[in-house]
Parts: sequence; C-alpha cells; structure tokens
Amino acid sequence: MSAPGDVAARGRVELRGVGKRFRVDGRELTVLDGIDLVIEPGEFVTILGASGCGKSTLLRLLAGLEHPDAGEVRHDGRAIAGTGLERGLVFQEPRLFPWLTVAENVAAALLNAPLDADAKRRAVAGHIAMVGLGGFERAYPHQLSGGMAQRVAIARGLVNRPGLLLLDEPFGALDAFTREQLQDELRALQAREGFTTVLVTHDVEEALYLGDRVVVMSPRPGRIRAVIAVPLGQPRDRADELLGRLHHAARAALRDTLPLAA
Amino acid sequence: MSALPNPAAGPTAGRATGPARRALRGVLPPLLLLAAWQAASTGGLADPRLLPPLERVAAAAWTQLTAGNLRDSLLRDLGGFALGASAGLGLGLLLGLSPLAGRLLRPSFDALKGIAVFAWIPLIAIWFGFGEASKLAFIALAAFTPVVLNVDEGVRGVPAPLREVAAALAWTPWQRLTRLVLPAALPSILTGLQLGLIHAWLATVGAEYFLAKGSGLGGVLIEGRDRFDMAQVLLGVLLLGGVGYALNRLADLAARRLTRWRTA
Repeated sequence: MSAPGDVAARGRVELRGVGKRFRVDGRELTVLDGIDLVIEPGEFVTILGASGCGKSTLLRLLAGLEHPDAGEVRHDGRAIAGTGLERGLVFQEPRLFPWLTVAENVAAALLNAPLDADAKRRAVAGHIAMVGLGGFERAYPHQLSGGMAQRVAIARGLVNRPGLLLLDEPFGALDAFTREQLQDELRALQAREGFTTVLVTHDVEEALYLGDRVVVMSPRPGRIRAVIAVPLGQPRDRADELLGRLHHAARAALRDTLPLAA
Repeated sequence: MSALPNPAAGPTAGRATGPARRALRGVLPPLLLLAAWQAASTGGLADPRLLPPLERVAAAAWTQLTAGNLRDSLLRDLGGFALGASAGLGLGLLLGLSPLAGRLLRPSFDALKGIAVFAWIPLIAIWFGFGEASKLAFIALAAFTPVVLNVDEGVRGVPAPLREVAAALAWTPWQRLTRLVLPAALPSILTGLQLGLIHAWLATVGAEYFLAKGSGLGGVLIEGRDRFDMAQVLLGVLLLGGVGYALNRLADLAARRLTRWRTA
C-alpha cells in the first residue's frame, strides 16, 4: 500500500465547487465559496492569503479534519471522508506529544500502518535522519529548539510516505534564518521524494520561493483570486529576477483582496 | 599512573552536597523545636505533666509501636485510600470522557464536595455500623473527592491541538485513550492521588478518633487523653505528622518518576 517509489504516481487532488460555512455567534459565515482547483501528482502548491481568507480551512478539508458543505474534495479520485495515513499533516506549531521522545513521536504516526515492527523501526530511524536529527532520537520535545521540533513534525508527517503532504504555515513561528533553512530542506526533500505538497502561508516570498504554483485567496468569503505559476526549477535563487516580478503581481492580487476598511 | 584521582569525581562530588545541604535546612527547625522542648521540660521551664521530656515520649513510642497501633492505622489508611482512589479514578474518567455523564453528574458532585467530610460521620456510622467497615468507608470518601476532581479536570484538559494530531494520525478510540488522554492527564491524576493520600491520612485519625474506639493512632490519642498521659498524646501527634510527611514525600517521588518527560 505504501511501497516507496510509487509516491510520485499518487497525490492528485481535486476540489470541485467546494464551499464551507461555520456558525459564529448564531450567524452563518461562509468561509469558502466555489473553490475549484486541481493539483497534479508531485506538484508543490502554495496557498497564499491574509488571515481569515479560509486558507487553513481549505487545508483542513484536504486533511479530512473538516467536511465541505458544498462540492467535493478528492484525493487520488476518492472523496476524502476523514483523516488518513495517505495524507501527512504538519501544523504551525510542532504539536509533538511532550511525554514521548523524538523517535516515539515519529513512530506515533505508524501505529496503524501496515508494517511489521522492524520496518517501522527502520522507517522511524530513516525519517529522523532525513530531517537531520540523527542522534536526537531519545530527546524529549522540551529539549529541542523550535526548528528541531518542527523538523520532527515534518518527519512525523512523512514517515507513512504519504502521496500528499499538507503544511499549515509550518515555518511561521520560526526565526528568519531557521525558516529559510527549513524551506530549503523541505523543497529538496520534496524534489527528491516527489510527494505532492500543499503549503499554506501568508508570506508572499515563501509562497513564491517554494511553490510551482501560488494560489492567491481573497477573504469573506474565501475564494481563489488568482493562480500564479512560477516557471522556475529547483533549487531557486531567492534573489531571482523573476521571483521579484512575480512578487509584485502576487502583492497586487493580494491587495485587491483586502476590503477597503482594513 | 593508577594512583591518579578521577578528575571527574571532584566537581561532581562537590555539587552533590548542594541539594543535601538544602534538604538539611528543612530539617533544622523541627530539630531546634525538639531541642527547645527538651530544654524546657528538663530545665523546669514547663510542667512535665503538660510537656513531658522526650525520653518519656520515646518510651511511649516503644509500647505503642510494639502494640501495632501505627501498623493498624497505616493499613486502614491504605485500604481506605485504595477503595476511594479506585472509585474516584472510575468516576473521574467517566465524567471527563463522557460529555453526557459530565453534564448529568458534575453539578451533583460539585454540590456534594462542598459538604465537609466530617459531616458524613453520623450517616456513615449508621449505615456501616461502628466497626472497621465504617472507618474504611470514611477514609475512602475522603480520598474519593480530590481524585474525582483532578482526574476529571485532567481528562478534560487534554489540549485540543493534540487531539487533532491523534485524529490526523488515524488513531483508534482505544489508542486515543491510552496514548493521548491518559498520558496528558497523568500529572493531574497524580496530583489527585497525592491529595487523596493526604486526605485519607487525615481521615484515618478522624475515623479512629470519632468513630468506634479501637486500635490505631486515633486510639492512642484517646487513650492518652483519658489517662492524662501527655507523652502518649504528643507521641500520637508526632507520628501523625511524621507519617503524613513521609506519605507525601513518597507520592512526590513517585509522581516525579512517572512524569520524567517534563524534566528529563
């Protein structure tokens, strides 16, 4: 079911007419409206928007933590009915279990994986090494820096070798230096392993630097405002001229989305 | 070259005296108090009938300990605690895990916990008689309340972000209980058990003092009072304090070992 190598063949995402409403103080609030988007296997898509534009809700729909009120969300052709190990999820905070060591936190994602104990051990060790934390297997979360803890969260998100990795502002709480370092590591990892990636961010530079395509969203109700393709390979130069030009386009699209009162 | 001292041993051994010395400071006031007591009773400052010298307390200790009064109280305490804490764990888990049970039972429990535990003594005496059963019931009741409160609070306090992680990792309900809820609630559960242990010990002497006369430290106090033997009364007080302190320390150590991930 999750043999390595076939990862790049999976991870196709389809959103068709997706809508989502929440009740806030007894009032219906439309958070997402008419979202249509297809993400191809192996693609790295960033979702960019101001807070309150529904981008996190969109990611939670993909994760299966929320269910759409309208339209459908499909992963590899199947409607997403709930959470599953075929999708990895990384939150803004590391959200590690404080009573488990690094290795145990990563292994926690494999509890219900169809692997024998030996394969699980190898997968855990391999993914800890992959995020550069070899030697920290037995450390507890409170002994780690923010960047290290988020690396563990990424290892936990990938250890099932999901076809789709979902990240909700994963680097937002890190210092600038660590953020750039982890961006590069994630992009290199994704280029090597080929999993489809959806990353939510409010940082224009991050969205452009990482994404093959940048989906710009407008708030209230959350809609797709523009989709900007970034025709650059990997690795990228942060000072690339094209990135600079796209930066202006993205900012313009984003600015149009803001209500005048804001 | 075999005579070279281990350089690592020096500073480590030096540091080790720090906590030990700090612990000693805590022992100092009671020691001073004992010395003042002894000086007062032997120096004629206090009436030895009201404040007997330490050697008479020590002699009383020998008779009472060999009579098994301390053992009886401890066994009664632990028996009642085990009953009350198990029931408290059960109800606390039920309240915390089941929203329906919580909504149904929590208000009644909150009302009941406001009743001072000693107010139950007449009822318990009538329901369970004046024998061992009523003492155990009283001790169990004393341990029960803090355990329920803290277990309930700990279970409900599992952080929502971690619940989402468990959902994202497709954990089964059983895995969520054993690998998320119980570990997350463990510090709170241990606090409840520790409080339960203290309350049970207070209730033990209460039960022995106010319920039927019999063996145990409560009996030692009553007997000392009736015979106006202050050495025996003071011995009872000293033993109660000492055992209470020891139980609390043991619970502290156990709790720290069980939640080593917080400090390791």
